[in-house]
Amino acid sequence: MVQLRLPKNSRMIRGKTWPKPEGASNLRKFQIYRWNPDEGDNPSVDTYFVDMDDCGPMVLDALIYIKNKIDPTLTFRRSCREGICGSCAMNIDGINTLACIYGMDEIKGDVKIYPLPHMPVVKDLIPDLTHFYAQHASIMPWLETKTNRPAKEWRQSIEDREKLDGLYECVMCASCSTACPSYWWNGDKYLGPAALLHAYRWIIDSRDEATGERLDDLEDPFKLYRCHTIMNCTKTCPKGLNPAKAIAEIKKLMVERAV
Amino acid sequence: MADVNRGDRPLSPHLQVYRPQLTSITSILTRLTGNALIVAVFLIIWWLLAAATGPEYFALADSVLTSWFGDLVLTLSLWAIWYHYLAGLRHLYYDAGKGLDIPTSEILGWVCIGGSVVLTVITLIII
Repeated sequence: MVQLRLPKNSRMIRGKTWPKPEGASNLRKFQIYRWNPDEGDNPSVDTYFVDMDDCGPMVLDALIYIKNKIDPTLTFRRSCREGICGSCAMNIDGINTLACIYGMDEIKGDVKIYPLPHMPVVKDLIPDLTHFYAQHASIMPWLETKTNRPAKEWRQSIEDREKLDGLYECVMCASCSTACPSYWWNGDKYLGPAALLHAYRWIIDSRDEATGERLDDLEDPFKLYRCHTIMNCTKTCPKGLNPAKAIAEIKKLMVERAV
Repeated sequence: MADVNRGDRPLSPHLQVYRPQLTSITSILTRLTGNALIVAVFLIIWWLLAAATGPEYFALADSVLTSWFGDLVLTLSLWAIWYHYLAGLRHLYYDAGKGLDIPTSEILGWVCIGGSVVLTVITLIII
């Protein structure tokens, strides 16, 4: 359901302003969402100052700077620091992206960082992605076959393999789904751009033999058709993929098999 | 999972922090103009019903519709019709799987906004 305001327990209050690093001349102001499950208070937005002369160029570098040098309690996910694990997806400067590959030079003014939008918060910048992963699992993200297994691998022509380009690169960071207003309002039933992009990736895989079942499963007023081509997904994808296009292609396949 | 607080987690901010995008603005405008037109249609129906009721009542309804307020509502409705029409064409184009890259969809967004204003002005000049 559309709920424009945040629930009472989720409204943000002004948080703490942490001391500036000593002796630094090139400071940048960061405003970061904080919530600690052990304290029971509402979420707050804390202010930090980062010495840009002592910090790498990416937003993740600044978060690590803060955690190491100012406030060790700041909590966020990160792993590969090169945009391939999808762990550090968060809302930076009003859009969802990966902190590790988003340069601070792309941001004007203060750097504002929130968790991925409209998700339950586990702590600080960490959203609970349980439901998001369950939706991904629901589209059967694996090769479904009926014929007997070949002696070696399932073969695929170079042309058929190329159809998967722009789809297989998805790292499941959830930036797109949590950028989608439709997913905000109907995320319980609408699968969202990430899961649907993966669904399309298996639907058009020449080796997959469950195309009909996959389309049957998506033929639903909510799972697929809550996409209203708002395009926030494609606009925000840190990997430059196009979930909106993938969803449109699924809708086309639905029409093609009906006529 | 060793999680003691699952039920009481806050919801992360969404509309409050997400930067409006040209594509999302033009999308929600489609819905807003569509719904506003439903309301505006009631005004027109009231005007027609008044005409069927009698001359005095029609004079009242007509004075409301031709007042500055009526002019404002009807002019905005005219723009809403054009906008909704152009956005509807864009939806058809999208449904054919076309124009779904960001540069094209942003151009189409500006076409919907600019086109609806231009067409409204042209319509006002003609009628």
